[in-house]
Amino acid sequence: MAKTRISRRHFLVAGGTVTGSLVLGLPLVNTARAGMADGTFGERQIGYFVEITPKGKVIIGSNQPEIGQGLRTALPMMVAEELDVAWEDIAIRQMPLGILKTADGYTWKYGGQGVGGSNGLRSNWQFMREVGATARHQLIRAAAARLGVSPEACSTKPGYVLCDARGGEIAYADLIEDAAKLDLPETAPPLKAFSEYQIIGTHRDTIDALDMVTGSTKYGLDTQVEGMRYAVIARSPILNGRVKAFDDVAAREVKGVLDVFTIEGPQPGEPYVILASGVAVVATSTWAAMKGRDALEIDWEPGPNAEDSTDKFWRENAAMLDTAGQIVTDDGDFDGAMGAADKVVTRRYEVPFVSHQPMEPQNCFAHVKEDSCHIIAPTQMPAGASRAAAEVTGLPRENIRIDMTKVGGGFGRRLTNDYVAEAAMISKQTGWPIQLVWSREDDVRNDYYRPGGLHELRAGVDSDGKLTAWTQRLASGSKYYRRPNMPDEDLWKPELYPDDFPRRFVDNFRLEYFHNAIGLPRGSWRAPAHTANAFVIQSFLDELAEEIGRDPLQLRLDLLGEEREIEYSGHGGPTFNPGRVARLLKFVAERIGYGEARPAGTGVGLAGHFTFGGYAAHAFEVTVNAEGELSIDRIVAAMDCGYAVHPNAVKAQIEGATIDGIGVALGQEITVRNGRVRQSNFHDYPLARIEQIPAEFEAHILNYDETPTGVGEIGIPPVAPALTNAIYSASGVRIRRLPIGNQLREALAS
Amino acid sequence: MISFSVNGQPVTFNGDDDTPLLWVLRDHLKLTGTKFSCGRGLCGACVVHLDGRAAASCRLPVATLEGSSVTTIEGLAPGADRLHAVQKAWLELDVAQCGYCQSGQIMAAVDFLERYPKPTDADIDANLSSMLCRCGTYVRIRKAIHRAAEIARQEGRRG
Repeated sequence: MAKTRISRRHFLVAGGTVTGSLVLGLPLVNTARAGMADGTFGERQIGYFVEITPKGKVIIGSNQPEIGQGLRTALPMMVAEELDVAWEDIAIRQMPLGILKTADGYTWKYGGQGVGGSNGLRSNWQFMREVGATARHQLIRAAAARLGVSPEACSTKPGYVLCDARGGEIAYADLIEDAAKLDLPETAPPLKAFSEYQIIGTHRDTIDALDMVTGSTKYGLDTQVEGMRYAVIARSPILNGRVKAFDDVAAREVKGVLDVFTIEGPQPGEPYVILASGVAVVATSTWAAMKGRDALEIDWEPGPNAEDSTDKFWRENAAMLDTAGQIVTDDGDFDGAMGAADKVVTRRYEVPFVSHQPMEPQNCFAHVKEDSCHIIAPTQMPAGASRAAAEVTGLPRENIRIDMTKVGGGFGRRLTNDYVAEAAMISKQTGWPIQLVWSREDDVRNDYYRPGGLHELRAGVDSDGKLTAWTQRLASGSKYYRRPNMPDEDLWKPELYPDDFPRRFVDNFRLEYFHNAIGLPRGSWRAPAHTANAFVIQSFLDELAEEIGRDPLQLRLDLLGEEREIEYSGHGGPTFNPGRVARLLKFVAERIGYGEARPAGTGVGLAGHFTFGGYAAHAFEVTVNAEGELSIDRIVAAMDCGYAVHPNAVKAQIEGATIDGIGVALGQEITVRNGRVRQSNFHDYPLARIEQIPAEFEAHILNYDETPTGVGEIGIPPVAPALTNAIYSASGVRIRRLPIGNQLREALAS
Repeated sequence: MISFSVNGQPVTFNGDDDTPLLWVLRDHLKLTGTKFSCGRGLCGACVVHLDGRAAASCRLPVATLEGSSVTTIEGLAPGADRLHAVQKAWLELDVAQCGYCQSGQIMAAVDFLERYPKPTDADIDANLSSMLCRCGTYVRIRKAIHRAAEIARQEGRRG
């Protein structure tokens, strides 16, 4: 029997809702009735709604942000499975942030809310099933009491409790009121065995797909509030620049412009609440605000980063790698083993800064009043939105309501809530309900970019061809730049994940880091440093294999070895099973026809990686013609996420991550000159396009056990190296710098 | 004052002549199904039908619309039970992830299928290259367009 996560102190209570239906909360906090305002609730002990309407519709509260990853469908699948209701009877309702003041801080009424680190499904897996199972159990008890039988004599069929002895069946809708009055059991009822699943693990269409194809889904930007004004900000085009002076005469003459004022950004080097200083324009329409902004004349104070450039950054990285850095991991006798090696192979790889660019630009509705604030935002982290709004308004967080909309793409951008802080600043200044709108240019030039870095990989091989020493040396702009209270010696931590393969597979192993400061803000971009590290490690393995006369797949399989759990202290641990990577690699190799002879100009490449608890491998088949034109002909992608709860969404995430990975590898790079981001929109920051993606594209789910992991990020790290390994196999051109850009044309033209 | 029609209804607009149709739809008519994304005609999220052909509404000044007929995603089908073949195919293939670009994708696909009722993959790639999706739904979009063509043919036969 599963141990309960629900304290007995938290009751199952009923209360009428505006629709006349009843709410079954598990646990539902009803502070007035239950007298539980003391605020001693733990993170997972409070708050999830199961509502059953008089007509039997089961409305499941969705406490997590939906950014396209499918949680809005997957979480109700878990509840519906254990509750035993027909999937067709399920509807969902997006919940706001459930924040509750406690004696020593805040706690979360609806459990932890936020999606990042591919954690949304994994962290709710046990909880959501227990919610469903407990609700079913209470309905059975209510029916048993009504019929005068023992609960053990009752069972359920979708939407009904069955009491065979009395030959009766009672609809859940008729029992909810009684059930809601019962105390919760000491322990959660037993959960179903996997073999009994009717909903979990089966194909279910996305729950709000109809809304999406008819245009009725409300994203952040679709927020409409009576009396709402529209705001834009002219942000400093220079990193850490400030407003020296501005002329707003022409801007104020634009019909519809209501107000123009300065937005103070952070001091250089200070932690960020918002990214940039600027001038806000508030108007009666989005277009008027944008026109008003265009009419502003602003004199910028250039600030300390006005000479920053990525060219300089890359030169400095190269110079740094010629010196000694901070050794952050050092296994065995690295120097001795490298010195004794029969052969030493060294390569350097460059991974650029990249930007998130979800299709929905950043935006936020805010209405700041004297003692309260209402935020409606597309965000991955509603608690962060609450913190951001509190910081700029000075209001207590319990007085700030955070509503979450459907989110037009996350990819890590909306883990930070700078746009929420900006919106709150503007509403506070004007007193109006406002919607802050970012343009695409704002989004490209004001992002928390994936850090760029230069990686040096070096391996030592003994006379028997055994890999005896390995090092990865990285000079980069750390993601922890401008984090509060961040010591310099910890800056390496988000850039090198020490337990990643091949640590513990090579006895003498060293990681070395060099921090290169640059004014570009940095943040988490889908699978953060895994995208960089998988690219360099999986590229280097192919290069190393060639140098020592080994087959790249076989070299990997020999290193990875059999299935076994190996210590992994990073996110996604505590262990990692290299045999699961090997299994996927063998699978994709077979599907792509790895060993088959191919015509000149055509080749295959492979890569596999472990990210945040899940495993993925890719095989690409590409053609490169004599002019250096690349054609991706075929893709085989495979993911092992333990157990796929919502296979349709898992497949969609494999497809999406693969295509995302292709787009970023082919052409995406953020560069800086004179302290300014040079890219501005999709013409110079190109997303993947349909013609770049082959029709021959297989996405496979290989379940492994009964432990589901998240999937949002797992599928992206192997993409770039599988592609560039295939390019090498097809053309003999080794890509050591992303994006691929024109490198093939240039290499083959010469 | 500019007069035109949106989803069959007469509309007048007396704001700035250079206001893009996108913002007239979204801010003034409260039709938010048409999306803002790039503002430069580079991504297709704002595609509507102007006199029956796909057009990027972020690049269409309202002044140029006098007497024209605009259809948005909200007006594509008469009701949820009478969806357009493209919407039906989109549901069958469960194309959308975040869904933000999908209004534009669908409107562009409808126009495309009117011109290419039996498209090849190459036709799709050549004509819909500018329709961007950051979630990477292209594999399903391609399949859904073929499926929509099939549904349209079946419906044509029945009708």
